[in-house]
Amino acid sequence: MAVLVLAEHDNNSLKPATLNAVAAAAALGSDIHILVAGANARPAAEAAAKVKGIAKVLLAEDAALAHPLAEDLAPLIVKLAPSYSHVLAPATTAGKNVMPRVAALLDVAQISDIVSVISPDTFVRPIYAGNALATVQSKDKIKIITVRGTAFPAAEAAGGSAAIESVPAGGSSGLSSFKGAELSKSERPELTAARIVISGGRGMQSGDNFPMLEKIADKLHGAVGASRAAVDAGFVPNDYQVGQTGKIVAPDLYIAVGISGAIQHLAGMKDSKVIVAINKDEEAPIFQIADYGIVGDLFKLVPELEAELDKQLK
Amino acid sequence: MKVLVAVKRVIDYNVKIRVKADKTGVETANVKMSMNPFDEIGVEEAVRLKEKNVATEVVAVSLGPQACQETIRTALAMGADRGIHVLSDQELQPLAVAKLLKAVIEKEKPELVILGKQAIDDDCNQTGQMLAALLGWSQGTFASKLALADGKATVTREVDGGLETVELKLPSIVTTDLRLNEPRYASLPNIMKAKKKPIEQLTPDALGVDVAPRLATLKVEEPAKRQGGKKVATIAELVDKLHNEARVI
Repeated sequence: MAVLVLAEHDNNSLKPATLNAVAAAAALGSDIHILVAGANARPAAEAAAKVKGIAKVLLAEDAALAHPLAEDLAPLIVKLAPSYSHVLAPATTAGKNVMPRVAALLDVAQISDIVSVISPDTFVRPIYAGNALATVQSKDKIKIITVRGTAFPAAEAAGGSAAIESVPAGGSSGLSSFKGAELSKSERPELTAARIVISGGRGMQSGDNFPMLEKIADKLHGAVGASRAAVDAGFVPNDYQVGQTGKIVAPDLYIAVGISGAIQHLAGMKDSKVIVAINKDEEAPIFQIADYGIVGDLFKLVPELEAELDKQLK
Repeated sequence: MKVLVAVKRVIDYNVKIRVKADKTGVETANVKMSMNPFDEIGVEEAVRLKEKNVATEVVAVSLGPQACQETIRTALAMGADRGIHVLSDQELQPLAVAKLLKAVIEKEKPELVILGKQAIDDDCNQTGQMLAALLGWSQGTFASKLALADGKATVTREVDGGLETVELKLPSIVTTDLRLNEPRYASLPNIMKAKKKPIEQLTPDALGVDVAPRLATLKVEEPAKRQGGKKVATIAELVDKLHNEARVI
């Protein structure tokens, strides 16, 4: 039986997290189909058809799916699911919203946020903010899975030539409607896909000081993140949050500025390849996991870092 | 409007987790337990709705061993009116919890059910969505703002790109995100008062729900430890190391 991956997209293109979910699907060893559900979403379906290793793209288009609501999207996936052994989605807010609804309608468990595929029925997933890893086995006939993107290298976005097949969408359930969105606009790479991330915490003192980090992010073509403390204090919007309940990132370089390193924050970034910590408190727990720590006043050190990078990158 | 809130007893968020030597789970003996932080936010939201005369009654439900009654008492001390405890010493996975809550909801008939978006023990983030599915209700997950009017709930949701607003037909399921509110501390008089509030006890059998786990946990292990702790003295040294040693810039 083939496996189905739910694409995350904006109707025009695929979101990077889809490629990580495809990589997890590839580890199952079956044919992979991608479902693109949206409105006027053919460009996204065409992008999906080019992903390496995809056997077929299913395209479901309906005005009700322009901003996919779980109430409308879940019945569509439920209808398709019996032809598949597994249905996977990226563990993004969209995937987390819809997949448990699908699982319950199918009367099966969901395996959340997998970080490894041991066999087609056995997976590893973090629990307790990543302080433990559970190996779980599912006996359900269909496995509903969300995939932690940072744990799987992205599938190649080019090289495939899958057929696109239209499937009927179900229309609106009438239970809910989309009213609007305030999305952060940024020229920087997406936090979860960036190669370099620089994050600020409570030590930043104010949102007015975040441009200091933005300048460094721009020099390194990186993204800017934050700890929960910085988001709760209103320094930056919620979508900056890195941690157990925010975004999970694993860039090549993570620079934590004025972040003490609560376990809930570490849960979101401790798989980064190289971690740098800048903090005035030398006892801060962040230093225990940092590859390079530097103790001092961030308001002096961050501008110094900017100047030094200028020299280095010249 | 009756509001039902689900509350889970979990290892306190400040406790350092220790994996058992036999790899069957994490150590819970003699460990401080608390209400799941997201559920506290749910209780707070429900109590605020009652204080604004939007909610008429707030019912707190917990599922699990006898000790869950402490968690229900915490909710009652925060301002919930009464509790329901579904007693079970078996492991309850999200699908089973959703089925049990559905059975309770069919008895209680609330118009709004608030749950935490995830429990900080299993980090599943499933139960609210599953419950909405089983009931055929609308769902407003990861809520940072909730408004009720004219038989509808307007929910602002925290999503990856920022914020999104949806309108939900009631009855509805709402799951809380961190910034929905700041939960209160229960005052001593309210803690005393909570001791007299009623808690009804039910069982999965009485509710006619099969709670058999669907996922078998084969083992629980500690993640690989990071080798950190190195310090550098100057920014120049840092940039040099990042360039020449770690080779990430």
